[in-house]
Amino acid sequence: MSPRDFVQLALYLLGVIALTPLLGAFMARIFQGKSTLLSPLLRPIERTIYRLGGVDEKREMRWTEYCLALLVFNAIGFAFVFLLQITQGWLPLNPAKLANVPAPLALNTAISFMTNTNWQAYSGESTMSYLTQMLGLTVQNFVSAATGIAVMLALTRGLVTRSGEALGNFWTDLTRSTLYVLLPLSLIFALVLVQQGVVQNFRAYDTATLVAPYQVQVQKLNPSGQPIKDAQGNPETEEQTVAEQIIPQGPAASQIAIKQLGTNGGGFFGVNSAHPFENPTPLTNFLEMLAILLIPAALTYTYGVMVGNRRQGWVLFAAMITLFLAGLAVAWWAEASHPSLEGKETRFGIFNSVLWATATTDASNGSVNAMHDSFSPLGGLVPMVNVMLGEVIFGGVGAGMYGILMFAILTVFIAGLMVGRTPEYLGKKIEAHEIRWAMVAVLLPCALILFGSAVAAVLPSALASLNNKGPHGLSEILYAFASAAGNNGSAFAGLSANTNFYNYALGLVMLLGRFGVIIPALAIAGSLARKKIAPLTAGTFPTDGTTFIALLISVILIVGALTFFPALCLGPLVEHFLMNQGRLF
Amino acid sequence: MSKQPAATFEKELILAAIRESFKKLDPRVQWRNPVMFVVLIGAALTTLALFREFSLFTVQITLWLWFTLLFANFAEAMAEGRGKAHADTLRKMRTKTMARRLRNGSEEQAVASELRRGDTVVCEAGDVIPADGDVIEGIASVDESAITGESAPVIRESGGDRSAVTGGTRVISDRIVVRVTSEPGQTFLDRMIAMVEGAERQKTPNEIALGILLVSLTALFILAVVTLPAFARYSENASGQSGAVNTSIPVLVSLLVCLIPTTIGGLLSAIGISGIDRLMRRNVLATSGRAVEAAGDIDVLLLDKTGTITLGNREAASFIPADGVDEHALATAAQLASLSDETPEGRSIVVLAKERFNLRPHDVAEKHAQFVPFTAQTRMSGVEIPALDGQPPLSLRKGASTEVRAWVEANGGIFPREIGIAVDEISRGGGTPLVVAEEKRVLGAIFLKDIVKGGIRERFAQLRKMGIRTVMITGDNPLTAAAIAAESGVDDFMAQATPEDKLTRIRKEQGEGRLVAMAGDGTNDAPALAQADVGLAMNTGTQAAREAGNMVDLESNPTKLIEIVEIGKQLLMTRGSLTTFSIANDVAKYFAILPAMFSALYVTSGHDGPLRALDIMRLHSPQSAILSAVIFNALIIVALIPLALKGVRYHALGAAAILQRNVLIYGVGGLVAPFVGIKLVDLILTTLHLA
Repeated sequence: MSPRDFVQLALYLLGVIALTPLLGAFMARIFQGKSTLLSPLLRPIERTIYRLGGVDEKREMRWTEYCLALLVFNAIGFAFVFLLQITQGWLPLNPAKLANVPAPLALNTAISFMTNTNWQAYSGESTMSYLTQMLGLTVQNFVSAATGIAVMLALTRGLVTRSGEALGNFWTDLTRSTLYVLLPLSLIFALVLVQQGVVQNFRAYDTATLVAPYQVQVQKLNPSGQPIKDAQGNPETEEQTVAEQIIPQGPAASQIAIKQLGTNGGGFFGVNSAHPFENPTPLTNFLEMLAILLIPAALTYTYGVMVGNRRQGWVLFAAMITLFLAGLAVAWWAEASHPSLEGKETRFGIFNSVLWATATTDASNGSVNAMHDSFSPLGGLVPMVNVMLGEVIFGGVGAGMYGILMFAILTVFIAGLMVGRTPEYLGKKIEAHEIRWAMVAVLLPCALILFGSAVAAVLPSALASLNNKGPHGLSEILYAFASAAGNNGSAFAGLSANTNFYNYALGLVMLLGRFGVIIPALAIAGSLARKKIAPLTAGTFPTDGTTFIALLISVILIVGALTFFPALCLGPLVEHFLMNQGRLF
Repeated sequence: MSKQPAATFEKELILAAIRESFKKLDPRVQWRNPVMFVVLIGAALTTLALFREFSLFTVQITLWLWFTLLFANFAEAMAEGRGKAHADTLRKMRTKTMARRLRNGSEEQAVASELRRGDTVVCEAGDVIPADGDVIEGIASVDESAITGESAPVIRESGGDRSAVTGGTRVISDRIVVRVTSEPGQTFLDRMIAMVEGAERQKTPNEIALGILLVSLTALFILAVVTLPAFARYSENASGQSGAVNTSIPVLVSLLVCLIPTTIGGLLSAIGISGIDRLMRRNVLATSGRAVEAAGDIDVLLLDKTGTITLGNREAASFIPADGVDEHALATAAQLASLSDETPEGRSIVVLAKERFNLRPHDVAEKHAQFVPFTAQTRMSGVEIPALDGQPPLSLRKGASTEVRAWVEANGGIFPREIGIAVDEISRGGGTPLVVAEEKRVLGAIFLKDIVKGGIRERFAQLRKMGIRTVMITGDNPLTAAAIAAESGVDDFMAQATPEDKLTRIRKEQGEGRLVAMAGDGTNDAPALAQADVGLAMNTGTQAAREAGNMVDLESNPTKLIEIVEIGKQLLMTRGSLTTFSIANDVAKYFAILPAMFSALYVTSGHDGPLRALDIMRLHSPQSAILSAVIFNALIIVALIPLALKGVRYHALGAAAILQRNVLIYGVGGLVAPFVGIKLVDLILTTLHLA
């Protein structure tokens, strides 16, 4: 690690650590309904929204009602984005004259953006009109992040309430997190990005004539978009001369700001933040990386404030940042020992590729500035494992918090038994009901990854999507399902994902991976809300110390390791050992 | 309790448990324990696989899978065995006894099992009491050794707090009339038999929660193993080596059985049963496993002062003479006045006088004294000695200060101020004052002291470390109560407490989210016993109290509440520790089995299989590696049976310290132990040429 890399890492960590309490305290005030600097400006707007929506902001909901409101809201969002895509060809703001999106891809994309995954089986510039990007995808970037925050707030209230069943009002939580947190931050960030050179316009695509035209070998495609293969099963290619370059334009900055802040990750352009119009300068690179962790990290502090014990928040932060640094260290060690720039962020260097890859997979963001499949086997293992661990190392906005709280409940249960008491978390007893739902929340994503990958590893139509053979191909499959189940959205490039199998299979996995955790989290919130708070005694296992941090990390790692070790053996691990024997894939 | 010699008892127990282990292979029994049911299915599949492919390896795997099941069954059978032996002796007492039922004033014969609640029966010396009930007339000594194991007979009498009798016990002397309080089939004896046999053993809330965790993990591992052939096929195709990965049924079942938490799954019910058994061996009977578990969660202990914190009786500690009286004279008078006082306090005065001034009771007994015995009405005892040998007659009284004052003043004397002050000071110091007087002259006061039980202070300190608060309950005035509370180290006290106060206090603590335990015996304790999360009734107490509590102490020792809390905690700790151990074990098993399965993949000439690198234990061969893991997995169950039955070592420490200790032993230990164990088994197998 060069001194420059080291300084950059130090600045990055400092930024995350310093902004956590600042933004965290601000968000806590907002979610608790207290007034802030923004209130004079935004409170009238907030009131108007409630009046128009017929929402009584004071009325609290039981968990079932909260959950129903959330599901209905998400379903409407899904339907809207789906319809927008399949009709975009007839709608305005489409200077590139892009066609209606085919239904399987539109379905996959609608699920992907509703679930905060932003898995993209398409390239934005050649598939989505400006209208779709703005009204469909960007809007979902905001509200899917707000949905995550809402679930976390409901769970937090379940932990602290003494009053019975009230978990807050979904509509209020949704409105406040969007209006007071996501919109202002995105506005500022988008302005900075525009200043640095990110495009923000409605212009038609530019065409530039190349100074030096060149020839390329291009795969032949049949009318349905599948590669045509010769008798040996290898794709047929033809030679094409490239003399012009199309330079895409569009309202990019407004979408990129929220894609980074809301842990969405869906790029405006196909190559995401490796595109100079999405990520033009070293400064934007740094700020975009910071934006990935900003809100998820700050929410740990918000949580601490809301449960009335800041240490409880810092403890979760500590567990997260420890796992973050451990992953970063392994990935950086692996890349530094096999330095290769192929597929990396050539403008900013390997270290920035590694740091971005670690942050984006920890935080369920999924935006990339390098191709993860170009990393060395162990370097690529880190992003994959980060996602497989359940997106709890900071994780998605809100989602990381309720995700890690599921692990905290499991940790407290096992540790609590070892001290000889019915386990308690923040004074609420953890019993059969909580364990049942926590196990669903923790294990369902694991099961989806294993089962989906197993099917894709033997199904001929799925295997046709692989561009790499050997263990690397298995890694691509595992990564795709992990990314969908964890609602991350990044890809281990090299997999042709726009096929019916992957569009439907990954769509289903994203859906289950999102709501298969949200519903258990809300169910737990509901049952915890009804419980009394037992006073803290010396006999209670303390959840604000280093022992808890160590145990929480162990439980996260052990669940992940025990589930995925066999599969990882046959993917990145065997690839690593083969590389040591001199064989590459 | 069984009086058989321990060795033969153990031997019989083990033999019976071995027989039971085979009976428990019944799928309907295994179904109750999903983790072991998966092992059963796996063992059955492997047995079937034997018909397709018969090899030494498959035979050994199959045998060890069945052993795994048998070992788990054996653990449960061992835990149940002790209870069963106890239940058999109890059942013998339930043989048909005839009862003498009273109907309209006349006796009639009735079969005991037909007696209903509200019937009244007569029992005379030699009769077996036919059913649970309260004595409503008479007093008798009763032999309760059959249920308590205590051979000395106990007194049962109508009214008061010693009125409960238990069906199956025998009247030794006198005659009592008993009102039956239980319906047929629901007597104390029936409940006891059901409990010790574990026949109606319901899973406790915590066991259910842990069960869910184990079942979920099992489901996950099933998925991990079931998807493995798909990944293996992919890899075989990718490396162009079809058949390089052995995914035969025996190998996959071995991997699955090693991964699922069989250690805790196999020992879970044994841990639960042995917890109740540990209570029983301390002569405490819990009416449900739930109560034992709740004991581990207790935050507040309500303890009666007398008998729990202090010895039942007060003792004379010092003599405080009035002005102008010498202490020797006071001691002599006090001893004389107490000779007729048979209460323990009275006797302690005699003893103190003897210790201080070597005064002998018989010296004075010859003086033809006429004793005035202590009664609850007069609250005084004393002596009248006629004039003899030129000595003037002597009239002495000793008793509560108000009574003695009244007596002295009636005799024309006055009560000196300094004695009044001394009496107040004694009260304030936690003692009980008595005053001694001779006709109209007050001689002085006696300081009766509550004796705090030895070691109780340390006990409370331990409880405090464990986060449990102790509250002393006493009828004493606040001054006395505070002094004793300070001396014994109790956290809080309730002075001049009525049974209603107790109930209110319990409700208040529970309202604040705490769990409360208390001990009690009287009928007026019943509501509080029922309200408490753990209510320990004394066996000598009333039937109402025994019905209200969820535990009965057959030895009627309220201090046991502390031991019960410890047993409850130990039960949960054992479960948690073995769960951690079980899960931590999986890491080593992966490192044994996966390299064995995958070592032939992607092999190129001149190189080992790349995944041989994961074989960090350097096991002999793929077959010996898999076999070693399965054998280790089976043997660890046997090795941990004693731990499951005895419970993990309990230390009175704070939660953080206990956790660190157990994580170190069972977490880190569970990670390391199987690496060593599997390697050892592999070495033995290789030496014996079994793989």
